[in-house]
Amino acid sequence: MAELLKFELVSPEKLLMSADVQSVVIPGAEGDFGVFVNHAPVLSTMRPGIVDITTADGKNERIFVRGGFAEVNPTGLTVLAEQAVNMDEMDAAALAQHIKNAQEDVNDATSDAKKQKAQEMLDQLKQLEASL
Amino acid sequence: MANLKDLKNRITSVTSTQKITRAMQMVAAAKLRRAQESAEAARPFSERMAAVLANLSAAMEGREGASPLMAGTGKDQTHLLIVCTAERGLCGGFNSSIAKLARIKANELTAQGKDVKMICVGKKGYDALKREFSSKIIELIDLKAVKNIGFTEADDIASKILKLFDDGQFDVCTLFYSAFQNVITQIPTAQQLIPANVEKSDDAAPLDLNGAIYEYEPEEDEILADLLPRNLAIQVLRALLENGASEQGARMSAMDNATRNAGEMIDKLTLSYNRQRQAQITSELIEIISGAEALNG
Repeated sequence: MAELLKFELVSPEKLLMSADVQSVVIPGAEGDFGVFVNHAPVLSTMRPGIVDITTADGKNERIFVRGGFAEVNPTGLTVLAEQAVNMDEMDAAALAQHIKNAQEDVNDATSDAKKQKAQEMLDQLKQLEASL
Repeated sequence: MANLKDLKNRITSVTSTQKITRAMQMVAAAKLRRAQESAEAARPFSERMAAVLANLSAAMEGREGASPLMAGTGKDQTHLLIVCTAERGLCGGFNSSIAKLARIKANELTAQGKDVKMICVGKKGYDALKREFSSKIIELIDLKAVKNIGFTEADDIASKILKLFDDGQFDVCTLFYSAFQNVITQIPTAQQLIPANVEKSDDAAPLDLNGAIYEYEPEEDEILADLLPRNLAIQVLRALLENGASEQGARMSAMDNATRNAGEMIDKLTLSYNRQRQAQITSELIEIISGAEALNG
């Protein structure tokens, strides 16, 4: 079997996952990218989306993240998620709640820059809803 | 000397006080476990965050246009002190030791001719500081209604701080909270938030990349602009969670002491109650006997 990638997913509230996995697909701010072992070092922001993990025994795990950072360095991959929910626990209702919150953010935004950011967030969430 | 009825009343009242303190101790012990877990669960994130930040700031080093959040405004005239305390009392010296640390710092800064502004998170710190610094406290953030402190609350506080910073309301921001060591020890701590103090300790040393160069997506400064405000929120969150655990720890040991003191007091009161009862019986007996003796005689 090929070498495994050391993967850690942390959210502010807890360490969600720390395991050796085959590969991870990160929803990067400028497009999805897959990470295997011995990937070149990258530091990227994430948009809201799904982190797709192929575990060591070939199973698939999907975790929803609401933005954050992903860092690949020679020791492995670390994902710092602003908020992370396992897709098994995630349903349309929860996503609808996220969208509602994002919509409120857009309405409450005080400056144009903030408004734009909130709007982007909202659009990405809507895209995600459509893709489910 | 108090009569028997008074003593009896006092014993009853101390007993019920003891019941209350014992219940509070148990509640604090139960809450402590949860608070401690969440404080410890938050640590990996802030550690990783610090590592990423250290990495990034090393890459940005020496470059122009570093964010003022990191480099500061170039002045240190106005200081913002964020004092995080509990919403409730009865937890020993917990609140007052944080307030004391903040007070010392504020007086020191005032003596140096600096301007001081304060934000109180938690009512107890506000109560302790309002008499002395009422003109300097610009806001009281009440977390009473919040059961479980999470990222949202910390983010709210952080965005308030950022807004003030963007408006040029202060130059340096310091956070006061109590770091949780163990149940008996909580250390009141002052931590500088802005300009960000990137620790250049050995564990945060840049990794050996074997000559590889980090790729950044998007550009470094954009990531940094995104990362720094978030780091602020994380630091606030960590402080709040540490505070939560410290509060419960302090309350638990304070209530443990109170329960023990009440126990001692009950013992003492019971002893003197019994003595007095004995004395009363004796004197009644003497009266009866001497009465009988008088009749016989």
